[in-house]
Amino acid sequence: MTRERIVNAFLWLALLVVPLAAAQMGQPYIVSLATKVVILALAATGLNLALGLGGMVSFGHAAFFGVGGYAAGILMNHATTGAALPFGLSGTNQMIALWLAALVASGLAALVIGALSLRTSGVYFIMITLAFAQMFYYFAISWPAYGGEDGLSLFVRSQFLGVNTFDPLNFFLICFALLSLALLLSATLARSRFGIALQATRQNPQRVEALGIRPYRLRLTAFVISGMITGLAGALYADLNRFVSPAMLDWHLSGEIIVFVILGGMGRLMGPIAGAALFIVMEHKLGGISEYWKALLGLLLLGVVLFARGGIIGLLAGKLRHV
Amino acid sequence: MSAMLLIEQALNGLQLGVMLFLMAAGLTLVFGVMGLINLAHGSLYMVGAFACAVVAAHTGSYLLGLAAALAAAAAAGALVEIVVIRRLYDRDHLDQVLATFALILVFSEGTRYLFGSLPLYLNVPAALSGPVMLPGGIAYPAFRLAIIAIGLAVALGLFWLIARTRLGIRIRAGESDRQMIAALGVDIRRLYTIVFALGAALAGLAGALVGTLQSVEVGMGEPVLILAFVVIVIGGIGSIKGALVGAILVGVTDTMGRFLLPQIFATFMDPSRATGVGSALASMLIYILMAVVLILRPQGLFGARA
Amino acid sequence: MFEPILDIRNISKSFGALRASDDVSLTLHPGEIHALIGPNGAGKSTLIRQIVGEYRHDAGEIWFAGQEIGALDAPARARLGLARTFQVSSILAEFSVLQNVVMAVQGASGKIFRFFRPALGDPALTEPARAHIDHAGLQGRESVTAADLSHGERRKLEIAMALALSPRAFLLDEPMAGMGPEGSKQLTEILRELKQQAPILLIEHDMDAVFALADRVSVLVYGRIIATGTVAEIRANPEVQTAYLGDDAA
Repeated sequence: MTRERIVNAFLWLALLVVPLAAAQMGQPYIVSLATKVVILALAATGLNLALGLGGMVSFGHAAFFGVGGYAAGILMNHATTGAALPFGLSGTNQMIALWLAALVASGLAALVIGALSLRTSGVYFIMITLAFAQMFYYFAISWPAYGGEDGLSLFVRSQFLGVNTFDPLNFFLICFALLSLALLLSATLARSRFGIALQATRQNPQRVEALGIRPYRLRLTAFVISGMITGLAGALYADLNRFVSPAMLDWHLSGEIIVFVILGGMGRLMGPIAGAALFIVMEHKLGGISEYWKALLGLLLLGVVLFARGGIIGLLAGKLRHV
Repeated sequence: MSAMLLIEQALNGLQLGVMLFLMAAGLTLVFGVMGLINLAHGSLYMVGAFACAVVAAHTGSYLLGLAAALAAAAAAGALVEIVVIRRLYDRDHLDQVLATFALILVFSEGTRYLFGSLPLYLNVPAALSGPVMLPGGIAYPAFRLAIIAIGLAVALGLFWLIARTRLGIRIRAGESDRQMIAALGVDIRRLYTIVFALGAALAGLAGALVGTLQSVEVGMGEPVLILAFVVIVIGGIGSIKGALVGAILVGVTDTMGRFLLPQIFATFMDPSRATGVGSALASMLIYILMAVVLILRPQGLFGARA
Repeated sequence: MFEPILDIRNISKSFGALRASDDVSLTLHPGEIHALIGPNGAGKSTLIRQIVGEYRHDAGEIWFAGQEIGALDAPARARLGLARTFQVSSILAEFSVLQNVVMAVQGASGKIFRFFRPALGDPALTEPARAHIDHAGLQGRESVTAADLSHGERRKLEIAMALALSPRAFLLDEPMAGMGPEGSKQLTEILRELKQQAPILLIEHDMDAVFALADRVSVLVYGRIIATGTVAEIRANPEVQTAYLGDDAA
């Protein structure tokens, strides 16, 4: 059992056990907080695929988070109001349908943004992904039908088979299951031919071309999968808060998702969980002490970037080894 | 729709364009010479605006306020360069993005701590508060005209600096071969600090000028930063000429788009829907422009081919 | 006479006013090592990049394995069996030696969009990879991280990766660069064996290696081929002597 596997198992279990215990002790607030950690970790897991494995510095992943959220939110809104949607579709409150919608919508967005952005690299790529995400943001603010700047309130929690999804612990378990599936997918992909080729492309694109592989197709595929996972997280987030707003598309959120990945450890399987958990704990604890806690987050981030590049998992489990 | 209104909007677009140029020039200069992408550029814009507001209110002199904006932004830039930025030149772009994103957090929260979350207001100097009569009978605000003039003057000054001065030669040399000019004895560290501070001063100036038109508040630099990125992508990284052309293109497109699109839609839609759809589309217009440029010429209009 | 595997016909390329490749023609026949030599700045790198597909030539044709490949990009040419090594070792530094070569086998197979089965657990990849690793002289080093390899071992790793492409021709760019005498001897032996597998177009500065290995030599000066022949012919050629040694030599 390598050190990393032990750390990973511990993190996964802790994330499961803490809210279970909190629920037993009648602390539903902790359960909601844990749910938030899980959802943000899922968003970061998506990004980790593009960024950690593929080396694509996407500063626009909030676009997929928001598109997923709005896809689910709009469907739920239409289910409540009964208004019809184009193409003869109708609204729905069923979680599985909402997730599918979020996956498809964010996948399409990632396909379009990725197809254009991946024709560039380096700094251009960073700026372009940021700009495209802002495009979605400004569009959401000015499109009047779904609340614009004020956002859209969803007055229900969506339904999953026969389960009482209003119960915070049940909702948490559903989200946790999805996160676990995403982590499993991440780990499988990383070891697959596709994942190896993607990591090779990150290290040395010229070498990869000399071996008969076209980087563009690889990267675009990874980017789309990455966007879909983050989009699913967005749908869950909308469901958790019963609210969708353009803030889900804001570039600050894109930055924060990158921060989760970096704080936790870029390219590490459980990095997103560690990073998201640290962020939420800081927000909760430090935010209680001072409303200027984000300055401290900034200093921490600076410290990590300059001195502890491997993030939390790097500190706990050492450098990432491929062998 | 009158021609007067159209010309007014075009001038507004030009004004937005020169302000974007001030932002974009600093960004592209820093990237061209040092290879560094700086997300905190918007914070320097904010520092300039706040410095101007505070000094102008205190002394009653707008001119002193502008001077303070330049000085404060340059100083903040130099400080940040020495403490943080110079550790990032050898790092990859991800590290630079993260570190400068961290700086944004520190600057924003720090400013909020000092000044609170409510916006400050800068008054347009009395001498420029009236309209100016332009040929054709158009009354255009004097201050906006002044901004256009200042912006174009700075552009000319920058071109002169790059083309005709020792500093400019070092900048151009630095853009092509960093190691070489270090070997030739140029003090790289000082050059980099100066370039960074210069870019910061430009941003601070823009912040002060625009802050006078709108308001001075935390986070004001961020939307402008993103627009500046779009400008640089369109114009080509490292090119000042590209920054100018890109900035004016973006400024005019955005302003005219917001003005014209709702009106165009109103010709065949009811007015309330037209405004909604029109403004939504207008807000996406420059990004669509960026996408088109990307498809046709991925390195930007004046950028170097990779 | 066998048909050439690689047939470069009248290749030209200019960068503005600089004519980097000037009506270059050369052939590579099965079973031979054809060395390409020339003073610095002659345009050897530029020529390689055109053959490999990194640059698009301005004029002329490139025929490989019976087809004109001018319109194909670098990955497509690699898949046809045009295996190249780099002047400065270009490897996947974070991966182990085995992972590097598995990557090469994978690329050659064309099947990279497989998402579920672990690559390193797939004998269809690991068995050929191990064979190539042995063939290139890296036995026992498969678990070493590539970044930790010595300079000579990195050269061998590149050869192992080239082997994985089921090459019909090797394009080796200064493989001897940076090698000490012991390493050069080893590598020379490896190259001699390699030509049984596929012919080699060898760009080299190391004249000992060229004289020991080459069946034919072409000399490139200012973008033009000034002579092609056997080692003996080239050594005796007065134009070649002038090009390398200046006018006093002739």
